[in-house]
Amino acid sequence: MVKRIVIGAHYGSRDWLVQRITAVIMIFYVLLLISVILISAPHDYVAWKKIFGNQWIRITSLLFFLSLCWHAWIGMRNILMDYVHKTSIRLTTQILIILSLLFYIVLFFETLWS
Amino acid sequence: MRFSIYRYDPGKDKKPYMQDYDIVLDVVDKMLLDALIRIKSVDDSLSLRRSCREGVCGSDGMNINGRNGLACITPIKDLKEPVVLRPLPGLPVIRDLIVDMTQFFKQYHSIKPYLINNEPPPETERLQSPEERAEIDGTYECILCACCSTACPSFWWNPDKFVGPAGLLQAYRFLADSRDQATNERLDNLEDPYRLFRCHSIMNCVDSCPKGLNPTKAIGKIKNMLIRRTI
Repeated sequence: MVKRIVIGAHYGSRDWLVQRITAVIMIFYVLLLISVILISAPHDYVAWKKIFGNQWIRITSLLFFLSLCWHAWIGMRNILMDYVHKTSIRLTTQILIILSLLFYIVLFFETLWS
Repeated sequence: MRFSIYRYDPGKDKKPYMQDYDIVLDVVDKMLLDALIRIKSVDDSLSLRRSCREGVCGSDGMNINGRNGLACITPIKDLKEPVVLRPLPGLPVIRDLIVDMTQFFKQYHSIKPYLINNEPPPETERLQSPEERAEIDGTYECILCACCSTACPSFWWNPDKFVGPAGLLQAYRFLADSRDQATNERLDNLEDPYRLFRCHSIMNCVDSCPKGLNPTKAIGKIKNMLIRRTI
């Protein structure tokens, strides 16, 4: 196969925007969670369970977690594009990252909705 | 004054080494380039590029005490001893302080650094309003010395794919020009995870630019244009 420098994938700006939006969502969630914990001051497992039993906390937590995964995917891909120059290793690592993020999402549902 | 200068002659030396020079400067030696010319009068094997000696041609870009800059506009009195001089980082060394700029100019040419306007030229000139003209201030002043691009880690890791701050500043210079008609084609050319989005806004380019320009700001404006086109 010819070894030419191939560029021109025509994507990037949407990911750049998504990275910023997800970051803002995460900031708001962290502030929300800190204030909820300060207000209700949970001391035992039952109190913690009660906080995350609230439907709104669950939904915002889900929003936060999906933002986190999306943000992490773009960031990790950026790091790989910067430093890993062998295409096969880059692709393998990217697949591993996607699989582990999917695993974390399943784990997240398992924790909050079971 | 004490200098420690990177020396490498691929025809002679197995690997690069640092050579120390102790030089008595004359009162007329004000800039680093004057000192280098003084050193060259003692050791004429030292190689460097220079031409205009007033910060306009961009030939004598080098790494001065860890920071990229032009020797001819760097005052000697501001430098800490020993003054450590190395070639611009990330580019192949031809000899001593001279680097091979091929990759740098390849990226510069890839953004089509010329006005594209397919209408027949008017009798006199293509007019701009003062506001339209003001938009290209801070971009056209670039002298292509490569101090910014060679200070950029993203350019070090992907010089073949990432346009680099100097090229992107010029890309914005033509995107911002009211007389240019190829805005969409230019944006198409830059909408790429490697060509544009390797920039993570660490601003080494702004820090090193000897002309005080701001490539990061121009790159931000390009991203802005791309986003406006997408959403």
